[in-house]
Amino acid sequence: MRGRFSWFNATSILIGFAFLYIPILLLVIYSFNVSKLVTVWGGFSTKWYGSLLENQALKDAAWVTIRVAILSATVATILGTLAAIALVRLNRFRGRTLFSGMIFAPLVMPEVIIGLSLLLLFVAMGLDRGFWTITIAHITFTMCYAAVVVQARLADFDKSVEEAAMDLGATPVNTFFQVTLPIIAPSVISAWLLSFTLSLDDLVIASFATGPGATTLPMKIYSQVRLGVTPEINAISTLMIGVVTLGVLAAAYFTKKSSEREDKERRKAFGAAG
Amino acid sequence: MSSSSNSDIRRWYVIAAPYLWLLIFFLVPFFIVFKLSLSDVATAIPPYTPTFSWSIADFVSKLDFENYTFIFGDPLYVNAYLSSLKIAGISTFLTLLVAYPMAYGMARAPKGWQPTLMMLVILPFWTSFLIRIYAWIAILKPEGFLTMFLMKLGLITEPLQIMNSTTAVYIGIVYSYLPFMILPLYASLEKINPALLEAAQDLGSRPWRAFWQVTFPLSLPGVFAGCLLVFIPAVGEFVIPDLLGGSETLMIGKTLWTEFFNNRDWPLASAVAVLLLLVLIIPIVLFQRQQQLEREAGR
Repeated sequence: MRGRFSWFNATSILIGFAFLYIPILLLVIYSFNVSKLVTVWGGFSTKWYGSLLENQALKDAAWVTIRVAILSATVATILGTLAAIALVRLNRFRGRTLFSGMIFAPLVMPEVIIGLSLLLLFVAMGLDRGFWTITIAHITFTMCYAAVVVQARLADFDKSVEEAAMDLGATPVNTFFQVTLPIIAPSVISAWLLSFTLSLDDLVIASFATGPGATTLPMKIYSQVRLGVTPEINAISTLMIGVVTLGVLAAAYFTKKSSEREDKERRKAFGAAG
Repeated sequence: MSSSSNSDIRRWYVIAAPYLWLLIFFLVPFFIVFKLSLSDVATAIPPYTPTFSWSIADFVSKLDFENYTFIFGDPLYVNAYLSSLKIAGISTFLTLLVAYPMAYGMARAPKGWQPTLMMLVILPFWTSFLIRIYAWIAILKPEGFLTMFLMKLGLITEPLQIMNSTTAVYIGIVYSYLPFMILPLYASLEKINPALLEAAQDLGSRPWRAFWQVTFPLSLPGVFAGCLLVFIPAVGEFVIPDLLGGSETLMIGKTLWTEFFNNRDWPLASAVAVLLLLVLIIPIVLFQRQQQLEREAGR
C-alpha cells in the first residue's frame, strides 16, 4: 500500500506508540526515584540498583534464569532450524500434518495448559524437577517460535542456489553448511535471540516445571509484585528491559548489515556478468 | 531405488530430532493430562490415584468422570469458562479497534520509516510480559499515575477505581497483545495494490467508501489472523487477571492455577485444562489452517 500519509494516519501512529511506551517509560523513570513511594517523585537516585546487588536471592534467581535461557535458546534454535527445513524443503513426508500442527499449536496454546501438561509428564517420568525440567519446558515452546522465524526466511530465498551447489557435486550436508546456512544466518540469530528473551520472560510455564530447587527471576518478581509495587522491582525490570532492548537493536543492526552485504554482492555479480 | 531410500534416510536426519522432541514433550503430555483428569485426588506423592500401573484392567477400572460432573455441577467453573470467553472476545475486538488505525498508518507511512515503525511495534513484544503488566499497576491503582493526571486536569475529583476490575483486565490484554494484532494487519494492508484504491477514487468513490469496499475486505486475512492470535491465548490468560483483575474477575486460567497450586487438586486442574482445550480446539485448527494457506501462498 502507500498513498497519501494523512494527519489521521500520523495521529493514530503517535497515539498508538504513546500507549505502548508511556507505561514502560514511567516504570524506568521511577526506578531512579529517591522516594519509596512509587508514584511520587522525590529526586534522582540509583540507590535501588545498589540494593539489588545486595539481594543474594535475587542474584541467584537471575543466574538460574540466564543459564536456562542460554541453554534452552541454543537447543531450541537447532531443533527449530531443522523443523523449519523440514517444513519448507520437504514437501511430503509421513505425519507432515501432525508435525506442522505441533509447530504452530504451541504459539497460541495457553501457557497454563503447556505448563500443566509438561509438569504431569515430568512427574510420570519420575524426573527431579528444577533447572533441567525448566530448560526442557523452555526448549519445547521456544523451538516453535524459532521454527517460524527461520521458516519465513527459508521460504523466500532462491532454491536454485542450493540446486546449483548440488549440481556442482556438493553433498547435501556441505550444501547446507556452505550455502544455506550463511544465507539464513541472520534469521537463525534472531531465532536464538527470540528464544532467549522468551525464556528470560516466562513465568507460567517455569512455575509449573520447576521444583523446590530452582527459582527463576520472573517467579521472584511475581511473588514480590503480588505484595505491591516497589522501586526495587522497577530497578530490576529496568535492567531486564535494557538487556532485551540492546539485544533486539543488535539483532536489527546485524540483519540490516547482512542484507546490505547481500545486495552489494548481488550487484557485483550482475555487474561482472553485464 | 537405492538413491531414493538414501534420500529418505537423509530426510529423517532432518526431521527426527524435532519430531521426536515435540512428540515426547508436546503431544504425549496431553494424553497424561487426559488420563489424570479421570483420576482422583489423593494425599500422596504424586497427589493423585491411580498412578500408572501395568495391570491395565485394574488401572482403567479406577478411572471415572467425577471431575467433569463436578465442574459442570458447579456454577463457579461454568461461569469462569463463559466469562473467559466473554473477556477474551471483547478484548480481541478492542485490540482490533486500537491496532487497525495504527497498522493502516504504518502501511501508508513513507517507505523509509517502515522498518523503524515495525521495530517500535516489535520491541515491547520482546520486553517481559510480566514487567509490562506490572507497569500498569502503578498507573491504574487508586493513587496511581492516571488518577493523579486526571485530577491535575480537573477532570475527576475522586480516585479512579479501575484497578482490580474487569476494565483493568481489558486494558492489560489490549496492551500486551497489541503487537500480535498489528503485525498481521500491517502485513496484509501493506500488500494491497494502491492502484485499486486509485481506481475506486477515479470512479468517484468517496475515500471512506473506498476504504470499506476495497481496503477493508482485502485486509480481512490479516484481521482474521490477528484476532485468532489474540483471542486464543487471552482465553487462558493467567498473569493479567491475576495481577490486574483482583478477586472480582473470573477467568479459567486463574481457576486452573488456583486448583493446581493452592488446592493441590491435580486431577481437577487437569479436567479444567481438558475442557479449556476443547473450547479452543476450533479456533486453534482455524489458526493452523490459516498459517498453512499463508505459507502456500508465499511460495
